[in-house]
Amino acid sequence: MITIEVKNLVKNYGKIEAVKGISFNVNEGEIFGLIGPNGAGKTTVLRIISTLLKINSGSIKIMDYDIEKDADKIRKIISYLPEDAGAYKNLTGRSYLQFIANFFDPKKNQQMVEKGIEIADLDERIDDRVDTYSKGMMRRLLVGRALMINPKLAILDEPTSGLDVINAQEIRKLVKNTAQAGTTILLSSHNMLEVEYLCERIALISEGKIVEGGKPKDLMNKYNANNIEEVFTKVVKQ
Amino acid sequence: MSGLGNIIKKEFKELFTPATFVPIILVALIFGTMGNSIQGIQEQAKEKPIIGLINEDDDTLATITSSILYNNSKVIFNSTSIDDKQIAIDELKQKDGVALIVIPKNFTKQMRNESPGEIEIYWIMKGAGVMDTISSGVLQYLINYINTNLSKELIQDNSSVNSSFVLNPTKNIETTYFKDREFKGLTPDIIVGMLSSQSMLIPIVIMMIIIMAGGIVITSMALEKENKTLETLLTLPVKRTSIVTGKIIAAAGIGLILAIIYMIGMSFYFQGLQFSEGGISLAEYGLVLDSQDFLFIGISLFVTLIAGLSLCMLLGTFAKNYKSAQTLTFPVTMLALIPMFLTIFADFDTLPLALKGIVFAIPFSHPMMASRALIFENYMFVISGIIYVSIFASIMIIIVVWVFKTDRLLTGSTKKRKINLRQPLLLNLIRRR
Repeated sequence: MITIEVKNLVKNYGKIEAVKGISFNVNEGEIFGLIGPNGAGKTTVLRIISTLLKINSGSIKIMDYDIEKDADKIRKIISYLPEDAGAYKNLTGRSYLQFIANFFDPKKNQQMVEKGIEIADLDERIDDRVDTYSKGMMRRLLVGRALMINPKLAILDEPTSGLDVINAQEIRKLVKNTAQAGTTILLSSHNMLEVEYLCERIALISEGKIVEGGKPKDLMNKYNANNIEEVFTKVVKQ
Repeated sequence: MSGLGNIIKKEFKELFTPATFVPIILVALIFGTMGNSIQGIQEQAKEKPIIGLINEDDDTLATITSSILYNNSKVIFNSTSIDDKQIAIDELKQKDGVALIVIPKNFTKQMRNESPGEIEIYWIMKGAGVMDTISSGVLQYLINYINTNLSKELIQDNSSVNSSFVLNPTKNIETTYFKDREFKGLTPDIIVGMLSSQSMLIPIVIMMIIIMAGGIVITSMALEKENKTLETLLTLPVKRTSIVTGKIIAAAGIGLILAIIYMIGMSFYFQGLQFSEGGISLAEYGLVLDSQDFLFIGISLFVTLIAGLSLCMLLGTFAKNYKSAQTLTFPVTMLALIPMFLTIFADFDTLPLALKGIVFAIPFSHPMMASRALIFENYMFVISGIIYVSIFASIMIIIVVWVFKTDRLLTGSTKKRKINLRQPLLLNLIRRR
């Protein structure tokens, strides 16, 4: 079953064409990666799918809901983790998770908070104010927030941004486990190793267009490359 | 370029923004306007007061009194019979008169017998603002001048005259006409004082609520952006209207708590100022608010708070960070200060038409003017104000919810720009994508 269906998506900021008619599908339970340089249009695509930005033309369906008509319904089944997201600084980590969980099923929100605490893995620091957290602790809290609600679709923009190697590895495992549990994951990353490790399929974006797509191994074979980084360089230089 | 020069150039570039200069330019404009107003007050104070005079006494002291009045004021009605009193009052009301002075038949005789000569003064009061009492103040000064001249005359005639009498040879019997009511024994000064003590607290408290709660809303929006929490909030299963309303209600609640604390302090302050009206019962003159009036004030205050906070919310959507939020509170502060000062210093009824339009258009004016209007049973004015502010609030909320549904909240202005990679703003925009 297709979770995300993007067709001829166009997004302009005034005269600037940020996304120039891209199309792709993401299947249920799949981890799909969007890769591209700064300014390629990755975050714009993620923001549109997260219902934050309007589209200029084209269409997007998420679990058969139309992004323009059914934004409210889509928000119930997705979870978005922006690249530079923050949390309310005067709340504790636990209160922040509770605040987010309160928007969802009241019967399950305590369970959600417990899951969020487990993912964040901040031990006793979970009861400290967020403004005392390091960048890595903040990111773990936010990943916990994004995944604790068991979304049908998790949209993760640079999920391991700001994390050290060990924490990043833990988050990657967590993302993989979450997908195995049935959540579809759409992520963007600059870290090609991360993409190679996590994603079942990827799309390479450059200047608002998808220039290549497929399974990482197939792409490496196609371009006779040792890793995705090489694939990316070859594709962009073409 | 030297290190110092480089730093200065960079600082200038950062500080030379509209956000730095617009508030100062506005303050300068306001001071300029205030200077002109003060000049206008001074000119008004120099003008001769317009009066009517009925002099029934043709003896010397009455003649001195009337000649002083003729020389120092503009007498537009003159008679020798008290029967013309009503005609005189009607004419003065039509021609912007300040008062009718009546010198009764036995005026001189009373003073010759060392008993105070009675001067009847019928004040025509047009507004209850401090500035509305300038003309009556000039006339009060003239009455004191008459007293001094009469004292001199009495001492010249009889050097052994009773000293306590001669220092104050006249007695004023005063009645004030204001908004179709007659206030016996009260001067415009006393009425303004009484009304101010009742209606000054409300404008100050409202001004404080608007500024405090408005600041909270604008800062809250700015912090959502600065702390990067807005994007997450907007992807949660919560309606945009709930986000907008939730922020407004919370800020209104905090604003009200702050206002209560402020009001407690201010009420003690005003109690301390009320000594000048000591012994005068406001209820006796019908200058009190009943429970129905307080209900109207409450409704007016509530809709105004919602309108003000919706406006702040709209301004808050333009705030990029905490610093820009501080700048954005400035227009709201000014919109709250203008009606507050106008309510204290002037009366809506006596304002020029253009200023009336401006004051009515500012939603914060309405609860500030409500108490005075309700004291004089001008319910239509208060109700029309409530309706206007409710419409204003509804439009503001619709606009804010619309902004929340567009890209503007996250991407800012979508003005057309030329692609120029040297522009940092554009680079920023590209990086975000």
